[in-house]
Amino acid sequence: MSRAALLVLAVGNPSRGDDALGPLLLERLQQSSLPALWDVELLTDFQLQIEHALDLEGRQAVLFVDAGRPGTACGATLTPIHAAPCMLPASHALSPQAVLQVATQLAGRAPPAWQLAIEGAQFALGEGLSPVAEHHLTLALALAQQWLQSQRPSAATPCSVSATPVPAPPPAGAATPPATHQPR
Amino acid sequence: MSTTTAPEAPPPSTRRVFIDPVSRVEGHGKVTLLLDEHNRVQQARLHIVEFRGFESFIVGRPYWEVPVMVQRLCGICPVSHHLAASKAIDVALGIASIPRTAEVMRRLMHYGQIMQSHALHFFHLSSPDLLFGFDSEVTQRNIVGVAAAHPDIARQGVLLRKFGQEVIRLTAGKRVHGTGSVPGGVNRHLTPAERAELAAQVPQMLTWCEQAVDLVAALHAQNPALYDHFGSFRSNWMSIVRPGGDMDLYEGKLRVRDADGRILHDGTDVQDYLGLIEEATEPWSYMKFPYLRALGRGAGWYRVGPLARVQNCDRIPSPRAEAQRQRFLAHGPVHATLAYHWARMIEMLHAMEVIAELLQDDALLGGELTSPLPLQRPARREGVGVIEAPRGTLFHHYVIGDDDLISWCNLIVSTTHNNQAMNEAVRSVAREYFDGRAVTEGLLNHIEVAIRAYDPCLSCATHALGSMPLEVTLVAADGQVQDAVLRHGDGRFERVPT
Repeated sequence: MSRAALLVLAVGNPSRGDDALGPLLLERLQQSSLPALWDVELLTDFQLQIEHALDLEGRQAVLFVDAGRPGTACGATLTPIHAAPCMLPASHALSPQAVLQVATQLAGRAPPAWQLAIEGAQFALGEGLSPVAEHHLTLALALAQQWLQSQRPSAATPCSVSATPVPAPPPAGAATPPATHQPR
Repeated sequence: MSTTTAPEAPPPSTRRVFIDPVSRVEGHGKVTLLLDEHNRVQQARLHIVEFRGFESFIVGRPYWEVPVMVQRLCGICPVSHHLAASKAIDVALGIASIPRTAEVMRRLMHYGQIMQSHALHFFHLSSPDLLFGFDSEVTQRNIVGVAAAHPDIARQGVLLRKFGQEVIRLTAGKRVHGTGSVPGGVNRHLTPAERAELAAQVPQMLTWCEQAVDLVAALHAQNPALYDHFGSFRSNWMSIVRPGGDMDLYEGKLRVRDADGRILHDGTDVQDYLGLIEEATEPWSYMKFPYLRALGRGAGWYRVGPLARVQNCDRIPSPRAEAQRQRFLAHGPVHATLAYHWARMIEMLHAMEVIAELLQDDALLGGELTSPLPLQRPARREGVGVIEAPRGTLFHHYVIGDDDLISWCNLIVSTTHNNQAMNEAVRSVAREYFDGRAVTEGLLNHIEVAIRAYDPCLSCATHALGSMPLEVTLVAADGQVQDAVLRHGDGRFERVPT
């Protein structure tokens, strides 16, 4: 089975305040009907785990999206990342770099990857999105759209959506990739 | 029986070493070590803040939403909450039994969860400690290091976990936030193709599961002094077992053994759990401290999870796992913390055997999905659902109001049951490895290993970028901080100015 060339993998718990930023960004992307969503798979999960390394196989590029603690993301930051053995010693969750590293060990390579960090303010159970996080989400959406347009492969197959199914957006013409992936 | 008494107040003439989050953000463990006047560790206090607000998150919700929404309590074992809530709501609604199809589908979902969670824990969290040693380079002591040094083991871990996730996806309907279990039953069958897809992988998965048990047994045999001694302490054990004593991780009655293996309580209906256990609070912890009412707060604490279950049952009703259990039990009553890993792998093998058996049941493919509501509504809609989650016994207890909203609830998660036990494990390890002067990286390593063996649900909460998972601070009896260290997310060990 062929896979979408691009993967956007967002993590976060929708019921823990600004930890919902990752899943919410995917929702906003789906609603944006961007032409660049073609040939993109959108995945969301609570946390990154070892099996997500298998989701990276066969991709042209991957964008990890996650909430960041206060002071860690300057609003929203898009950066290229590379495989690295950075692990949390007391957590089950992997960092995006560690997922890339596992993918490299298992498959011999990992696709080029970026991390979109969206700064949050509060993360308590049952809380909604904070106003500042809502603002950062808007910034992040623009960065994600930039990234998608810059990475869009020539092939045009329908967008594949996992976890939160919504109708795929209609196809449209090509957009010009931005000169850089760095937002700031 | 004799257990280590849990002091309720700090002993006199103590000073504190505490492992503490910098701030009260989720995702951290916090340990306080209380030293006596001879600089020996007298008490350990593990603080976990994840469990704040569970009940208030649920109260006021329509009962039919609860099995789905409670999955958001945990990023690792959402299926356990999904099923425990479903079972509790069934009881509250007066549904005496669910159709066979629902029973088989729920069990398949549950054992898929057990299998994938145990695989994740062993291959991701614990095998690096066991394969490389506790004092090895921290940047190597993780799944990435395992993948580099033992690629076959790492790949097996990933694929075992992936198989369990597929079982969940096909039974729950989605990869995350599944909706498969509903009040009164389930909402889907498997298709023949889905069953065949899973069944085709069974032989390989069984082989890998058995190899994993052999691996941890071999590691134990290589260094029995370490494995039998590290973090060893006596305790009671609690789990559910089937009537007759067989292991059953989905349904059963409560059984408690003491540290010598004698049965203290047996056949306790889970609806009556409040008659068996009580929860104490401590001013320094968000987590409660459950204990056996009959033994009191000091001696009544207990352990749950794989090490409890494997020793609490009389038999594992699947041949390969039972054979491995017999080999394990040849060591006598096992109290050592690291034995959790061995027991966990025995359970993973059992879960895989159960999955193999369930996949042969044609009830998965057809039949009634739900039981109807009883004609007469119960006068009081209250129910308890108990399940053996990967980390241990999980209680969900709900009362439904006349407006169909949850009016009261009580959740006791596995990590809460093991609260006192984790303190004891940390105390035991710290007592041996603390040099009486400073918090060394070696001490931190060993404390981390002890905590990890219990697989506490630190990741119930967020994992957001920038989390700092561990801080260790040494505080003198007069309250002055003498030393503090941090373990960063990238593994760096940093001493903090005090």
